Amino acid sequence: MMSFKCSGLAIAGITVLLASCASAPSPAELDRLADQMIKSSFRAEGQAQLDRLDQDLAQQACSALTPPSPDVVKQIEAQALASIKWPAGGQYLGDWKEGEKLAQNGRGKTWTDPANAPSGGNCYNCHQISKQEISFGTIGPSLYNYGKTRGVKDPADPSAAPVVQYTWGKIYNAKAYNACSGMPRMGHAGVLTEAQMRDVMALLLDPKSPVNQ
Amino acid sequence: MKNWMFAAALLAGTAGALAQPTAAEGIARYRELLADGNPAELWEAKGEALWTQKRGPKNASLERCDLGKGPGVVKGAFVELPRYFSDTGRVQDMESRLLTCLETLQGFNAAEIAKTPFGRGEQANMDSLVAWIASESRGLKFNLPQAHAEERKMFEIGKRVFFFRGGPYDFSCASCHGEDGKRIRLQDLPNLTKNPGDGVGFAAWPAYRVSNGQLWGMQLRLNDCYRQQRFPFPGYASDATIALGVYMGVNSKGAASIAPSIKR
Repeated sequence: MMSFKCSGLAIAGITVLLASCASAPSPAELDRLADQMIKSSFRAEGQAQLDRLDQDLAQQACSALTPPSPDVVKQIEAQALASIKWPAGGQYLGDWKEGEKLAQNGRGKTWTDPANAPSGGNCYNCHQISKQEISFGTIGPSLYNYGKTRGVKDPADPSAAPVVQYTWGKIYNAKAYNACSGMPRMGHAGVLTEAQMRDVMALLLDPKSPVNQ
Repeated sequence: MKNWMFAAALLAGTAGALAQPTAAEGIARYRELLADGNPAELWEAKGEALWTQKRGPKNASLERCDLGKGPGVVKGAFVELPRYFSDTGRVQDMESRLLTCLETLQGFNAAEIAKTPFGRGEQANMDSLVAWIASESRGLKFNLPQAHAEERKMFEIGKRVFFFRGGPYDFSCASCHGEDGKRIRLQDLPNLTKNPGDGVGFAAWPAYRVSNGQLWGMQLRLNDCYRQQRFPFPGYASDATIALGVYMGVNSKGAASIAPSIKR
């Protein structure tokens, strides 16, 4: 279509040609076209409904070709921090053996997963965790010796509280500490339940966990 | 086939015995062993036959199908797709262009084929056609045209689609394919924001998937990426998938195609 317009205008004069043909769509117009195209190209399937394409502030700001401004970063992180639900009764740690199973489990939330099936933690897809598992991803940092290198000898001791609470917050909503973190918001997005989060916490912080050997 | 089974067994043994830094080497060796016997050949042969076979409501062949280099020219067409087609007024990838040919030349209903599940009915024939058409560009370097304003627009939109984060996990294509040297588990991830090299990423699909014994075109590759991103279902040959093809294809300029390749 564009090429017809250009050749037609070429007869009218070179200046018009330059003015109309050199003007590619603006970045804002391209943003709009891309959003429109995404909306029209996907359909709902299984539990993956079209509302998954509705971006919240963090998703939108962290999709942009330029990183968000410091103000927006602050806003995203403040919202995320406020979203964190701390564990009932201050009970942060569960069973590391269950946590290992969750870390191994990459299922959940796809259009082929049953909607009511519990999700795994997907942890090994991106992180090294225990030394025994050599099939680990490298998108996220290594979590091997996570508690040990942070000096956690007794997770229940008050001296360990800052690390324990930060770790809970990081798993619940990673965007609280890094607005455009690549890590899913496991608690906030409802991927993991509170009980599952406790088990993953134990995998990372329990001195008896293979992670800290 | 016997060699192939042997190679698979060998790989299984190798992958278990060796530590993670050698996984890519193991797969490379595995591909080497299979170089003479990629089962994708079966799809290629069927696709070649389908091209000249009179089929569909119009009982016509695809021999006059224009894949961008003129009616009936197949050699070199794949490494210049997606591109703009003046007859449809759209930028089209291999699959969407084939749908146009199946409809206009043979009288099939393109929308019906696009809605058909992968691997069934006419979709199975699509797998064979894309395998053959890609094989006719093996060894050639990607060189997508960007002369047309619509092609440049689709590149820009494709870039935005690539970085679009959504769904319960906040993933975009860039979450996995935006940096060098990353892996999911042991699977190496090409950085698709630039040319990842000969026969890597965009230059490796369609491919025969050993893990499920299927031939996967780029449309199925993208579909399964989006499934794992926890996104809704991308329409077959939909504009967003074509825009992604333009973005990845232009980024791969100069990369030699090995498609159809063989994948784990």
